Amino acid sequence: MDFQEGHSRNRNYKAEFASCRLEAVPLEFGDYHPLKPITVTESKTKKVSRKGSTSSTSSSSSSSVVDPLSSVLDGTDPLSMFAASADPATLAAAMDSSRKKRDRDDNSIVGSDFEPWASKRGEILARYTTTEKLSINLFMGSEKGKAGTATSAMSEKVRTRLEELDDFEEGSQKELLNLTQQDYVNRIEELNQSLKDAWASDQKVKALKIVIQCSKLLSDTSVIQFYPSKFVLITDILDTFGKLVYERIFSMCVDNRSVLPDHFSPENVNDTAKETCLNWFFKIASIRELIPRFYVEASILKCNKFLSKTGISECLPRLTCMVRGIGDPLVSVYARAYLCRVGMEVAPHLKESLNKNFFDFLLTFKQIHGDTVQNQLVLQGVELPSYLPLYSPAMDWVFQCVSYHAPEALLTEMMERCKKLGNNALLLNSVMSAFRAEFIATRSMDFIGMIKECDESGFPKHLLFRSLGLNLALADPPESDRLQILNEAWKVITKLKNPQDYINCAEVWVEYTCRHFTKREVNTVLADVIKHMTPDRAFEDSYPQLQSIIKKVIAHFHDFSVLFSVEKFLPFLDMFQKESVRVEVCKCIMEVFIKHQQEPTKDPVILNALLHVCKTMHDSVNALTLEDEKRMLAYLINGFIKMVSFGRDFEQQLSFYVEARSMFCNLEPVLVQLIHSVNRLAMETRKVMKGNHSRKTAAFVRACVAYCFITIPSLVGIFTRLNLYLHSGQVALANQCLSQADAFFKAAISLVPEVPKMINIDGKMRPSESFLLEFLCNFFSTLLIVPDHPEHGVLFLVRELLNVVQDYTWEENSDEKIRIYTCVLHLLSAMSQETYLYHVDKVDSNDSLYGGDSKFLAENNKLCETVMAQILEHLKTLAKDEALKRQSSLGLSFFNSILAHGDLRNNRLNQLSVNLWHLAQRHGCVDTRTMVKTLEYIKKQSKQPDMGHLTELALRLPLQTRT
Amino acid sequence: MGTTLDIKIKRANKVYHAGEMLSGVVVISGKDSVQHQGLSLTVEGTVNLQLSAKSVGVFEAFYNSVKPIQVINSTIEMVKPGKFPGGKTEIPFEFPLHVKSNKVLYETYHGVFVNIQYTLRCDMRRSLLAKDLTKTCEFIVHSTPQKGKWTPSPVDFTITPDTLQNVKERALLPKFLIRGHLNSTNCVITQPLTGELVVESSEAAIKSIELQLVRVETCGCAEGYARDATEIQNIQIADGDVCRGLSIPIYMVFPRLFTCPTLETTNFKVGRVPWSPCPSFTAVPGCCAQGLAHSRCSVHSCSHWRPGGPTFSAKH
Repeated sequence: MDFQEGHSRNRNYKAEFASCRLEAVPLEFGDYHPLKPITVTESKTKKVSRKGSTSSTSSSSSSSVVDPLSSVLDGTDPLSMFAASADPATLAAAMDSSRKKRDRDDNSIVGSDFEPWASKRGEILARYTTTEKLSINLFMGSEKGKAGTATSAMSEKVRTRLEELDDFEEGSQKELLNLTQQDYVNRIEELNQSLKDAWASDQKVKALKIVIQCSKLLSDTSVIQFYPSKFVLITDILDTFGKLVYERIFSMCVDNRSVLPDHFSPENVNDTAKETCLNWFFKIASIRELIPRFYVEASILKCNKFLSKTGISECLPRLTCMVRGIGDPLVSVYARAYLCRVGMEVAPHLKESLNKNFFDFLLTFKQIHGDTVQNQLVLQGVELPSYLPLYSPAMDWVFQCVSYHAPEALLTEMMERCKKLGNNALLLNSVMSAFRAEFIATRSMDFIGMIKECDESGFPKHLLFRSLGLNLALADPPESDRLQILNEAWKVITKLKNPQDYINCAEVWVEYTCRHFTKREVNTVLADVIKHMTPDRAFEDSYPQLQSIIKKVIAHFHDFSVLFSVEKFLPFLDMFQKESVRVEVCKCIMEVFIKHQQEPTKDPVILNALLHVCKTMHDSVNALTLEDEKRMLAYLINGFIKMVSFGRDFEQQLSFYVEARSMFCNLEPVLVQLIHSVNRLAMETRKVMKGNHSRKTAAFVRACVAYCFITIPSLVGIFTRLNLYLHSGQVALANQCLSQADAFFKAAISLVPEVPKMINIDGKMRPSESFLLEFLCNFFSTLLIVPDHPEHGVLFLVRELLNVVQDYTWEENSDEKIRIYTCVLHLLSAMSQETYLYHVDKVDSNDSLYGGDSKFLAENNKLCETVMAQILEHLKTLAKDEALKRQSSLGLSFFNSILAHGDLRNNRLNQLSVNLWHLAQRHGCVDTRTMVKTLEYIKKQSKQPDMGHLTELALRLPLQTRT
Repeated sequence: MGTTLDIKIKRANKVYHAGEMLSGVVVISGKDSVQHQGLSLTVEGTVNLQLSAKSVGVFEAFYNSVKPIQVINSTIEMVKPGKFPGGKTEIPFEFPLHVKSNKVLYETYHGVFVNIQYTLRCDMRRSLLAKDLTKTCEFIVHSTPQKGKWTPSPVDFTITPDTLQNVKERALLPKFLIRGHLNSTNCVITQPLTGELVVESSEAAIKSIELQLVRVETCGCAEGYARDATEIQNIQIADGDVCRGLSIPIYMVFPRLFTCPTLETTNFKVGRVPWSPCPSFTAVPGCCAQGLAHSRCSVHSCSHWRPGGPTFSAKH
């Protein structure tokens, strides 16, 4: 036994490295490489735009580094395609391209540029609301036992039972009065559900009755402000019904094993299906009231396909004429809207009936100002300016359907016809909201003229300007008119008294201003908005609009130095005084900053403003803030911090980080980012000084280290702290701050006992051991190069850490501790080498400090002995039945460690390894193939010089065959 | 579940014309085999006459003095007594729709006083212990389309307060003028009734314009004939105060089961007195109850507004 020589075998790292290294192959650039970014080629971009959306594939062209993930997504991601097509700026172009397409495929299908009903739906529901009480008059009650409030002598039970009976009895009429709007919506939703239920339980007649009752509600114009929303709700039910009937008849055709194709002809439909279909139409034709008859028939218009080829084209004009019988102009225009909607869905090529709807509507237009309507308005106490906008959704829809892909001549004719009618503001508005934006934009000056001529009393003018503004946001007017348009429009807008009207208008026009003008004009506009919104704190009621203004401005000013030089921008931000809104706005600004800022900046204007913005976001964090929200905010602030750079002025940079720390102390990820940034700063300094710190830089680096040292304890996450201690220690070591590095490592060691057994990762509790193992391995390998402190004993840190590991309460039945001990063995073996595997530049590690001193080696060996004893002890405890497998694998891994790192010429070690080999095989738990491989490896190694003793060892290692 | 009996007629719409072959299958299904004493199929066509209480008095109406007239009644034995195996058995049948020379196969018709119905009945007789099984199924007879050429006979009409009949105080009526035309006064029953109507002027706000389809059934019995006009269906063609001077379509699909081409036999007659567009008014807009009451009254006053007005004779 020779302690002086040590148990560890001597290693020549250089030679080993050379022999193990893979053969180097010269790399040819331009070849395929799996990690190389995929560049999106132009052809792909074109394909996207041909689909009707010009999604901005800017990532491929502008930035040189292409994220492979985003570039793969870029061409085909359906989400971004939607987003792109919704983007107003690209819409015009999309319309253009699809119009060309139309010339080819004969506009038989509605393209993606046709704004679908679904997108209008929500808008209408949100806009047309009421606080008045509503009533539903139904013949079949859908709710049970809720309605009665009368105090009757009957017991509650009996009464409910009777009511239920009433409910089942057909034709029991029930009028539900005093419903709030929400109740009303719920009730209609219930009806929708009971329609589906009735259908599912094969009660077709009941289903039809529900639908008829529902559409009957559309003839009721009491609480007229709610009518548009009511229309939306009820047509939803009609749509459901139409779909159910169609699917049912369609499924009847499927019976005989052959499925109908999507474009089937009536000859392929079997008799039963046809008969059922006819029955539906007959049943509907006998509905007494006009309005339900109209709506229900329109809802199943598609079913005409089963009966004859020309069915739909005969039906649509008839239904169009039928609407003429509806006296109330509001009810009638909504009926037309529904017909157009169904028509566009089922047979978009039938333009004539769409046009007829439009011209019929113009014929009845004068009715709006007739006595009947006026009397009704007086009765309901509704003013004309709030009555007329009720027409807009339906008119817009009809106009949109008519003008979709319509030739220019038709549009002009429509416009002329509208002009001729008196008080045409309402028409004008619909023309502007429905026609192609380019059509409007090129005639903007005409429109402004017409708007000015409009009668003030009828339709509110600000709505007209709003519609015009919306068009100009989508399409560009002729170059020469631009300034004049802005002047003319703003002259009117600025005179609006009501802040709500004003802001609705201004919001739209900001887009136009940003698109075509410089910061001077934008500044003027912002100033005007501030002036209008400040009195009486009017801004409090219009946060959404103000927010949208900000969004539009920052969308057009990507250069933040320009943006912040717009004088009124920051005062504008001050109008957001409600915290939640303020934070939202700040988030928007930061998102845009992160997205568009390419270069790091040190512009004091930007820094000041953005620090303020970030501070606002940070200060919104409180105990109730959600995790996700915090993560989002931290991400945004981090993005900002990463973008700040003072170039070579490192001290300025550090003081910025100090300031940032004091500002963002509540967001842990931000602090982590700051620590990383400071570490990076220290390393930058080292790089600049090429490793030789001057007195000044050394002091600076120490300041950086100190920053980290005092920041880390304020973090909560235990592994964050551990890793940061280790990381910062490494940085300190690299910068020759030895005592500081020691302090970091000591702090880390003293923290290890605090590691809990379970930690929370993404909201789930997980055992922490694997993380701890990973950290400790990392830590030990760092410790190799940390020189011993002259005042402490040999391998002071390693011993300390080992003590901690020893005392740590490990999971029962876990071998992690032994795995760590095995790693320690590797470390000790590496430490006993003459020259260490790696070094830190300009830092003397223990190899040069001790220079292979025998005392040091003896210490080292003693430590080895202790650790090995621990391992063997543990192996012994594993001799129970259930642990045999673990014992075998641990034994083998220990054997491998000895083989790799131990000097097997040592007899004791040699014997130990043989024993371990036997132990591994003893209970037959081991994989024979691994054993064979290991033996082969030993034999191969023995052929190398200085390894001859392995031959002998190999002979002593028998292979166990399973018998 | 024991055995079930079902009749499936070949045509989905169950419509047959005189002289055609009525065909289909009788389906017997059950788990176990079933013993039976024979399976028979009966075709039956009857005309039921019900006397109106208005014309003959309550008692007579109650006693229903008119006997049903049998148009067709024949039975065939489909299967001799024996046994059906378990599972599903289909027995096809064919029935020629011929009647005796002196009878006519009238169209199926469900009216108030006259009912013409055709049924197909399948009986399975069984031994004393088990109940007999019966299944009835209605089928529809339409008369064969006439060969002759159909010529439309359009008619124009005008309605003013003066043309109304049955009005007690003409002075109380608001002034109005309604013009219009019907595309034809005799219609093909499978085609809808069409036309147009224009409200030229109306002093009061219009509440509703409705189209009423009326049938006339005449039953003959010993005491003479009873003639009754009843409403078949009422269709609203205008709701609310419609735009003046704008034509409103008149359109009505004839409910097939409740109408039939004008028919006259020795015992009964079915015909239709025509339609009547009934404008109704409200003196006070928005006052529903009054308006409705008023409209009822005007329905009646309108329905005879021109004696012998355009009666309809429908043919195929």
